Amino acid sequence: MAEAQNIPVGSTTAGQIAVAAESTVATRMSAPPSFDVADFPVPHGREEEWRFTPLERLRGLHDGTAAATGDGVKVTVEAPAGVVVETVGRDDARLGKAGTPVDRVAAQAYSAFEKAGVVTVPKETVLTEPIRIAVHGEGGIAYGHQVIELGAFAEAVVVIDHTGDAVLAANVDYVLGDGAKLTVVSVQDWDDKAVHVGQHNALIGRDAGFKSFVVTFGGDLVRLHPRVAYAGTGGEAELFGLYFTDAGQHQEHRLLVDHNTPHCKSNVAYKGALQGDDAHAVWIGDVLIEAKAEGTDTYEMNRNLVLTDGARVDSVPNLEIETGEIVGAGHASATGRFDDEQLFYLMARGIPEHEARRLVVRGFFAELVQQIGVDDIEERLLVKIDEELEATV
Amino acid sequence: MATLEIRDLHVTVEADNAEKEILKGVDLTVKQGETHAIMGPNGSGKSTLAYSLAGHPKYTITGGSVTLDGEDVLEMSVDERARAGLFLAMQYPVEVPGVSVSNFLRTSATAVRGEAPKLRTWVKEVKEAMERLNMDPSFAERNVNEGFSGGEKKRHEILQLELLKPKVAILDETDSGLDVDALRIVSEGVNRVRETGEVGTLLITHYTRILRYIKPDYVHVFSAGRIVESGGAELADKLENEGYEAYTKGGASE
Repeated sequence: MAEAQNIPVGSTTAGQIAVAAESTVATRMSAPPSFDVADFPVPHGREEEWRFTPLERLRGLHDGTAAATGDGVKVTVEAPAGVVVETVGRDDARLGKAGTPVDRVAAQAYSAFEKAGVVTVPKETVLTEPIRIAVHGEGGIAYGHQVIELGAFAEAVVVIDHTGDAVLAANVDYVLGDGAKLTVVSVQDWDDKAVHVGQHNALIGRDAGFKSFVVTFGGDLVRLHPRVAYAGTGGEAELFGLYFTDAGQHQEHRLLVDHNTPHCKSNVAYKGALQGDDAHAVWIGDVLIEAKAEGTDTYEMNRNLVLTDGARVDSVPNLEIETGEIVGAGHASATGRFDDEQLFYLMARGIPEHEARRLVVRGFFAELVQQIGVDDIEERLLVKIDEELEATV
Repeated sequence: MATLEIRDLHVTVEADNAEKEILKGVDLTVKQGETHAIMGPNGSGKSTLAYSLAGHPKYTITGGSVTLDGEDVLEMSVDERARAGLFLAMQYPVEVPGVSVSNFLRTSATAVRGEAPKLRTWVKEVKEAMERLNMDPSFAERNVNEGFSGGEKKRHEILQLELLKPKVAILDETDSGLDVDALRIVSEGVNRVRETGEVGTLLITHYTRILRYIKPDYVHVFSAGRIVESGGAELADKLENEGYEAYTKGGASE
C-alpha cells in the first residue's frame, strides 16, 4: 500500500458528523459564493477547498493567467424532437439560476465564457431518446456554461460526453421543474493531458427527481463539484459516480447536497478504482441538513478499490445536521485493496491474473453501471474498464 | 492414473528479514483414488506444504521437486496448477468483495474446464451441489466469503471441490472451527468426491476427529518440517491416544 495513503486499508472512515449552529460547510470556504472571479482571492493551496488539488497542474485556470484560445472545445448537441437547443449571450436570464460559483475557478468560468448553451425540455414532454451533448477538446483553453432546464413533469436523459484534449473550466446548471425527472450522465473520457474543472448545480423542483452519474476516466486533472439544492418539498436526488484513476492522474469529486427544504431525499454513492504511481483520487461528500429541512432522508457512501501500490485516496464524508426531525442520515467511506491474498485465492481456482483483476473491478463497479440505463454508455464503460485494466501499470 | 509426487521438498519463508526453512525435505506420493492424512502439531509445517503446492508467493522453494503426472508443478503459475488439476481447500478462505459466488464459480469452472459450461446444465449442477451441502440458494448471490460464517466458508470450499473435480485435492484443516453438524456435511461432500475414485486427497489436519468421517488409506505424521512416520489408518488411533508428544519431545521442532 502506498505510504501516503491517509486511509488505512480495509478500514471504514468515520468522517465527521457536526451539529453546528453555523454551517461549517459554508464557512470553511475562503469566500462567499459569487459570479465574479474578482471576489475570490487567488488560491495558494492551503485553503480547505484547494488543499488536495495540485494547483500547478491547473494550467492557470485558478490565477487568471489562462486566456481562452480559439481552439478550446467543440460542443455538439444532438436532441430529439421537442427539445429546444439554443446558444445564448451572457445576459440571458436563464443562466446561473441553479447555483452560484463557490470557488475561484467556477467563478472564473462564469466570468469568462462568451456564449452559453441552453437546452430546454418543455413541460410535460417525455423523451424516449437521450439528449447527447458532445464536448470535444481541440487542444486549447476554454470557458463554458451549459444550462439544462426541464419544465414541469418533463422527463429526459442527458449524456454529456467529454473527449479529446483541452484546458476547460465550465459549469452546468440543471433546473428541474415540479415533478420533472432528469437523468444525467457526465462522462469524462479525456485524453491524458486534459484539465477539466467545473461546478454542476442542480436545483430540484417540488416532487422532482434528479439522477446523476459522473463517470471520470481520463484527464491529467479533473475536479468536479456537483451540488444539489431543492426548490420544493418531495424532491429526490441520486448522485452516483465512478472513477478509474491511473498513474499520475488527479481526479477529484466534491459533492454538496444542501437539504434546504423539508421532506426531500438524497442518496450519494461514488466508487473509484485506482492503479499506478501517483494516481490520486479525492472524494469530498458534504451533506448539509438545514434547521428547516425536517423529514430529510439522506445517505452518502464512497468506496475505493486500490489495485496497486503507489496510489492515494483522500475520502472525506461530512454530514452536518441542524435538525433532529429527520427520517434518516448516514454516511460511509471505505478504501480497500485488491491484495495478493485475493489474487492468490482467485488464481488458485484456475482464474488467470488479468481475468481475476477484471472480475474484481467489474464486480466492484457493476451495481452502479447497471443503474445507468443507457445501453451504449453502459457497454462503453465496461469496455473502458477493461482497457484501463489492460493498460500497463 | 494421476499421481502427485513430492520429492525432498525444501521451503523457506521470510520472517524478520531472514529466510527461515519450514519444510526440510518432504517426500510423498499421492495417487488418484487414495486418501492421505497428514497430521501434526501446530507449527510443524503442514499448512506450508499445502500453500507451497498451490504456489503461494510467500513461500520460496529451495530444493526438491513436485510433479503431477510427470509435469513440473513448481514451474507452473498458481492458476496453471489449478488448471492442471490441483485444488487447495483453504483453512482461511479469502473475502473477495464485489464478486458474487455465482460469478466466481462460473469463471473458475470456465477456466478449469477450458470452456464455459452450458448455462442450463451449469445452473442445475450448482443448485444440486449446493443442496447437497445444505447451502441456501441465496448464497450464490452473496460476495465470495464476505460475511460468511466459518462453516459457510468451508462448505463453499467443498462446493468448489465438487464442481471443479480436481485430480488432487489438498484440504488444509478443513475441519478446524466446525461444529459436529457442519463437519458431517463437509465430510460427506469430500466423500462424494472421493467415491468417484478420480481424486487423490491430501487431508491436512490437527485433530483425529475428521478421520471418523473421512477414512484415510494412509496416515503421515508431520513434525519439524518433514514426515516422521507413515502408516495406515491405525496410526491415527495411536495419535488419538498418545498425542504428538512422542514426535515433538526432544525433536527438531522449535
